[in-house]
Amino acid sequence: MSGSFRRLISSRSTAVLLASLGAGTMATGVLLNENSSLAAEAKKKLYPPSSDYPDLRKHNNCMASALTPAVYAKLRDKVTPNNWTLDQCIQTGVDNPGHPFIKTVGCVAGDEESYEVFAGLFDPVIKDRHNGYDPRTMKHPTDLDASKITHGIFDENYVLSSRVRTGRSIRGLSLPPACSRAERREVERVAVTALAGLKGDLAGHYYSLGDMTEKEQQQLIDDHFLFDKPVSPLLTCAFMARDWPDARGIWHNNDKTFLIWINEEDHTRVISMEKGGNMKRVFERFCSGLKQVEHLIQERGWEFMWNERLGYILTCPSNLGTGLRAGVHVRLPKLSKDPRFSKILNNLRLQKRGTGGVDTAATGDTFDISNLDRLGKSEVELVQLVVNGVNYLIECEKKLEKGQDIQVPPPLTQFKK
Amino acid sequence: MYGSWWGLLPLFLSCVQCLKAIMPFGNTHNNFKLNYKVEEEFPDLSKHNNHMAKALTKEIYGKLRDKQTPSGYTLDDVIQTGVDNPGHPFIMTVGCVAGDEESYEVFKDLLDPIISDRHGGYKSTDKHKTDLNFENLKGGDDLDPNYVLSSRVRTGRSIKGYTLPPHNSRGERRAIEKLAVEALTSLDGEFKGKYYPLKSMTDAEQEQLISDHFLFDKPVSPLLTCAGMARDWPDARGIWHNDSKTFLVWVNEEDHLRVISMQKGGNMREVFRRFCVGLQKIEEIFKKHNHGFMWNEHLGYILTCPSNLGTGLRGGVHVKLPKLSTHAKFEEILTRLRLQKRGTGGVDTASVGGVFDISNADRLGSSEVDQVQLVVDGVKLMVEMEKKLEKGEAIDSMIPAQK
Repeated sequence: MSGSFRRLISSRSTAVLLASLGAGTMATGVLLNENSSLAAEAKKKLYPPSSDYPDLRKHNNCMASALTPAVYAKLRDKVTPNNWTLDQCIQTGVDNPGHPFIKTVGCVAGDEESYEVFAGLFDPVIKDRHNGYDPRTMKHPTDLDASKITHGIFDENYVLSSRVRTGRSIRGLSLPPACSRAERREVERVAVTALAGLKGDLAGHYYSLGDMTEKEQQQLIDDHFLFDKPVSPLLTCAFMARDWPDARGIWHNNDKTFLIWINEEDHTRVISMEKGGNMKRVFERFCSGLKQVEHLIQERGWEFMWNERLGYILTCPSNLGTGLRAGVHVRLPKLSKDPRFSKILNNLRLQKRGTGGVDTAATGDTFDISNLDRLGKSEVELVQLVVNGVNYLIECEKKLEKGQDIQVPPPLTQFKK
Repeated sequence: MYGSWWGLLPLFLSCVQCLKAIMPFGNTHNNFKLNYKVEEEFPDLSKHNNHMAKALTKEIYGKLRDKQTPSGYTLDDVIQTGVDNPGHPFIMTVGCVAGDEESYEVFKDLLDPIISDRHGGYKSTDKHKTDLNFENLKGGDDLDPNYVLSSRVRTGRSIKGYTLPPHNSRGERRAIEKLAVEALTSLDGEFKGKYYPLKSMTDAEQEQLISDHFLFDKPVSPLLTCAGMARDWPDARGIWHNDSKTFLVWVNEEDHLRVISMQKGGNMREVFRRFCVGLQKIEEIFKKHNHGFMWNEHLGYILTCPSNLGTGLRGGVHVKLPKLSTHAKFEEILTRLRLQKRGTGGVDTASVGGVFDISNADRLGSSEVDQVQLVVDGVKLMVEMEKKLEKGEAIDSMIPAQK
């Protein structure tokens, strides 16, 4: 709060407001000035929260489930220290009613404090999305010690590639829905400066989206590294495509195994990937790279947004905790046709996607298999879970190849008690 | 000097906080951005081609960026759509919008040059003439229906006391809808009609409105979505039309109200009569509720996009000009007549089968009667040219002087 207090005092408009109100008595100044709190109070009466409450009757997303009129009324007039409001958090969920089968989140944070100021909304959303995780009572474990992973090398007859991604936000700067151009450019500066300090197998190069050459662009497309302006209304309605492509870019190491997206849906998205099945090495590079980047930004007085209730703070509540999606592209021709496939995945806390990523269909028999959960389990736990799960799926595939039967594994537990 | 005021500082700061919290948008983040230098916040417009990019210098940005309208709309809000949509080398879009009536005043240092550029050199001291007296129109009832397939006049109206579509809250938008519906459903005679709210129309109603070419859909154009106009769709949006389907009002699309008078054939005079009469009736009702239309003598009718200031009027026809449209001088003829062509799908569409949408190019600086007169006279001339070309005759002697 002191930060914003200082900012308010230093702003010119406040000085003008104070000066203009000093002309007469304080009372008349407050009553007569059009910009006074009386005008604000009158406006609030004219538009009580009930008049602004969104029509969510046709909606199916976590925000719509959690945002009762009472919660809305309580939070509508609150602002974070950066002056981000509830209406701005929920706009994407109001504009995108959702799908009967797919329950999207429907709200975003504009800054770290959103999760606190609007906890009345975000806490139930988090519970809904993250299997009952309660930020008021639970703690999220963070563990980036890759040496703990066992059996992390897959049969490459089945696993074509391995990948781990997460996001990181820079503390003190607003998130993509809310950030101004200057803030976004600062995120880029902080990240790119830190990444320039990476050496050895992590040494690399930054490609600004606005300045890259045609040749560079084509290469990034061929490498499957390039990200484009968001078209999904889930993101555009959350104001994340503003000022595109200003301060957006891609950094990757020379080996093309460690990649960072800057200012897409989060301040940074960090991706470690390789062809083949060596998930252990992918995760080792992931952890090592992350730690080095964190060290480099700390040298300059910055840090990542993190707290022990929610883990790493990211734009979308679905990515809180680890923000981690560890996955493989794996061929499962027989298993994928087995009617028990979905149940097996579910019990293993895994999800399937098409090889184009989220909301795409599988081509042929190759699937993107990754962890479902993000919050309440550590990075090591989640990656081990994917390792164990994928190994199990491969065993099933092999069994089916030999004409043997497979078993549905018992469901994994949710959180450590 | 400020010593005695410090005790009241929390009160004033909470006033400022409340003020900032009034509207959900208007970039209440604004004061925080002032901690950054102008150069750090100034948008990269190097690849842009729109009126905003042309007019916005660092000096103007620096001068206006700490300002807000009373409802909290800021400079960055005004320009966001222009920053997000660099434009097209051939088509010069406006690249900015107003969030409320006061935007045109608070941000005049940016908007005046844009208005001047867009509206033929209109000066900040000029006065705009409003004339909705249809009897002042000469002719217009005899356009050849063999060529002129349909006639249409549209405009927009904003309701005083509410912020505009880029900025308004759900509560305001609903209040606008309520007021509009009250006004429209009280009309009778040739204006008796019905309101169809977008969010509760039946499939049958929707089909009918599509067949009548009345239905408007959620904006997909990034020019509109980046300006925040599609928020909360379809809440408080709807279509009203009279029973004879010749007078139509869109509620809460790109403007508070879009008013359209139309019919098949070439009787533009009748279309314009209905337009004027209907508008006047609606305005009376809004005035009774102390929510008249936004208007001033400099900018005429105040609408969301600066391109629609003045009359906000687009009067046009769908007209068959297969020969004239391929003539070398077609574009020049249109320019001299102060007309523009569009495809029959409306703005940014191509012509189909030699049929063009021909309408007035001007909005600000001439009256409604003036603009419809240009359409009536110009289309009449072009149809005569088409007939000449059909007979294999030349039209060079008919080419008009610049109007």
